[in-house]
Amino acid sequence: MLEDKDRIFQNLYNDFGADLASAKQRGDWRDTKEICGKGREWIINEIKTSELRGRGGAGFPTGLKWSFAPKEVGSRPHYLVINADESEPGTCKDRDILRFEPHKLIEGCLIASYAVNAHKCYIYIRGEYFNEGQKLQTAIDEAYKDGLLGKNSAGTDWELDIYIHYGAGAYICGEETALLESIEGKKGQPRLKPPFPALIGLYGCPTIINNVETISVVPTILRRGGKWFSSLGRPKNTGSKIYCISGNVNNPCNVEEEMGIPLKELIEKHAGGVIGGWDNLKAVIPGGSSMPLLPKETCETIKMDFDACVENKTGLGTAGIVVINKDQDIIKCMARIARFYKHESCGQCTPCREGSGWMWRMLERMAKGEATRDEVDMLLDVTKQIEGHTICAFGEGSSWPVQGLIRNFKDEIIERNKFDPIVKKQKDIPYLVDQHLLEKENA
Amino acid sequence: MAVKKISKIQPEKFEFSKKNKETADSIIKNYPSGKQQSAVMALLYLAQKQNDNWIPLSAMKYIAKYLDMPYIKVYEVATFYSMYNLTPVGKYFFQVCTTTPCMLRGAYNLVDVCKRKISEEENCLSEDGKTSWLEVECLGACVNAPMLQLNEDYYEDLDPTKLEQIIDKISNDEVPQPGSYRGRLSSEPENTRKTLIGNKNA
Repeated sequence: MLEDKDRIFQNLYNDFGADLASAKQRGDWRDTKEICGKGREWIINEIKTSELRGRGGAGFPTGLKWSFAPKEVGSRPHYLVINADESEPGTCKDRDILRFEPHKLIEGCLIASYAVNAHKCYIYIRGEYFNEGQKLQTAIDEAYKDGLLGKNSAGTDWELDIYIHYGAGAYICGEETALLESIEGKKGQPRLKPPFPALIGLYGCPTIINNVETISVVPTILRRGGKWFSSLGRPKNTGSKIYCISGNVNNPCNVEEEMGIPLKELIEKHAGGVIGGWDNLKAVIPGGSSMPLLPKETCETIKMDFDACVENKTGLGTAGIVVINKDQDIIKCMARIARFYKHESCGQCTPCREGSGWMWRMLERMAKGEATRDEVDMLLDVTKQIEGHTICAFGEGSSWPVQGLIRNFKDEIIERNKFDPIVKKQKDIPYLVDQHLLEKENA
Repeated sequence: MAVKKISKIQPEKFEFSKKNKETADSIIKNYPSGKQQSAVMALLYLAQKQNDNWIPLSAMKYIAKYLDMPYIKVYEVATFYSMYNLTPVGKYFFQVCTTTPCMLRGAYNLVDVCKRKISEEENCLSEDGKTSWLEVECLGACVNAPMLQLNEDYYEDLDPTKLEQIIDKISNDEVPQPGSYRGRLSSEPENTRKTLIGNKNA
């Protein structure tokens, strides 16, 4: 277990208050000038040494991402954009950073902006987090007043302005290029990549986009050294991470823990155990709703980091752990997630726009036991036709949870939906619309 | 993509109040010159606040002129994002999160309370005309589930009885205290905190 002194977010539970004075007491804004004084190369190398991977879901190495920004500023200015559009079901870590540790984020913005040559930084906060945005704005105002932002920010000779841009309730804007579209004042539909935002991003200028948590841990890493951060966890899966444990546990909570902590320890120790005891556990969604669920057997042993999750055919994602116990109907839970994706699809790519609705409707029928045996395979086929056929990763995000359900609980679905299609029983229905279903090759 | 209906009753004219004009102008300054279109989301939100929590078509036309952009682009944005209400909603607008993490902790019991105490259907005004409710997708407070958003505030760790009390207060025009209804100040585990213990009484 991580020791308290190694926890980056000391004010995660708001024991001290979020104002500048108490943030400084906790060590924020200390040596910011010296850190920037060591130069861009040093900062990026130190982040590379720390092996920090993006905390927003994809787990892309942060140091590498920063190094993609052009070294010299050409005719187009550079931008830093912070993704605070946290909407993945099961995830609520960025909210606590925004309201309780805003200065970690602002200081991180300054250092990251310096490292990627940006003078302007936009923080995209989801519209529902209005109060959290206000708290962040208060912190930004404090920082301006104290000379930590603006011209010669914190004595670094670097000019930085930070602006907040509120979203308006679109999950898809958490996708980085959709987020850029949204800042540009358009509807949030993802862009085709390449070109990648690091070269052509906001207003066609080089843009680096990072998650709130990623940027907020940067100042502490640089103060304590990349080696310290990489000493936590295991290679390629280093550092600490805020885990959000929700669902059927006795004490749902956010907790900062070392990467690679066993899932069972997180649930039993920090979240007070599964409601009804460990044996009452049905499944766990380990990384926000778009990651495939894990059956109980895997939950016994799995360690929570990027690579261990991939080995178990799921993903760490945002580390939003949703615990589902046996009192729940697992098919219904997944049907609700499918409804979420149907609601949030931006409608740009046909497989996702249409497919997400299909998956939802089929799962709803399966939950009620109105589907036929063949439809289970048909549903799997639908997910395969969405996955990989869309512009952004939303296609994977919507189909993986359904695939996870079928992979682990196929027997249960078939148990409930075990009858034959009506066409097999009554072949002489005259008004049958789906005639093609009679021919087996086409079914 | 959710289907959004445009209200049949539309006011003829819309104009920002003096204060909102100032706010709008300062928001536009946040973006590079010539990129004033970026402010459209913020301006739509301002218009919604000014116009009793919903956006009429005249406001979209007004904003299009204000930002020197085509009206259809404003319309596109207003219909794309779910937080813009294009039909009148209650002065007190309940948005109940029912996505899986909240559902697991009984969000549909809250929906039942809303159906009983506010209106049978979503997005319909209550009898006194002050409140309406809507089922929404994840609001990002999953460890404090079940929860709902009332205008801009989050009400967390609810149960049906507590929600009934909240709705009763609202119908008397009292706005109850937002936050957790089990006495939590943050997303710490209740009573059994194992981390950052030294900070607890700081």
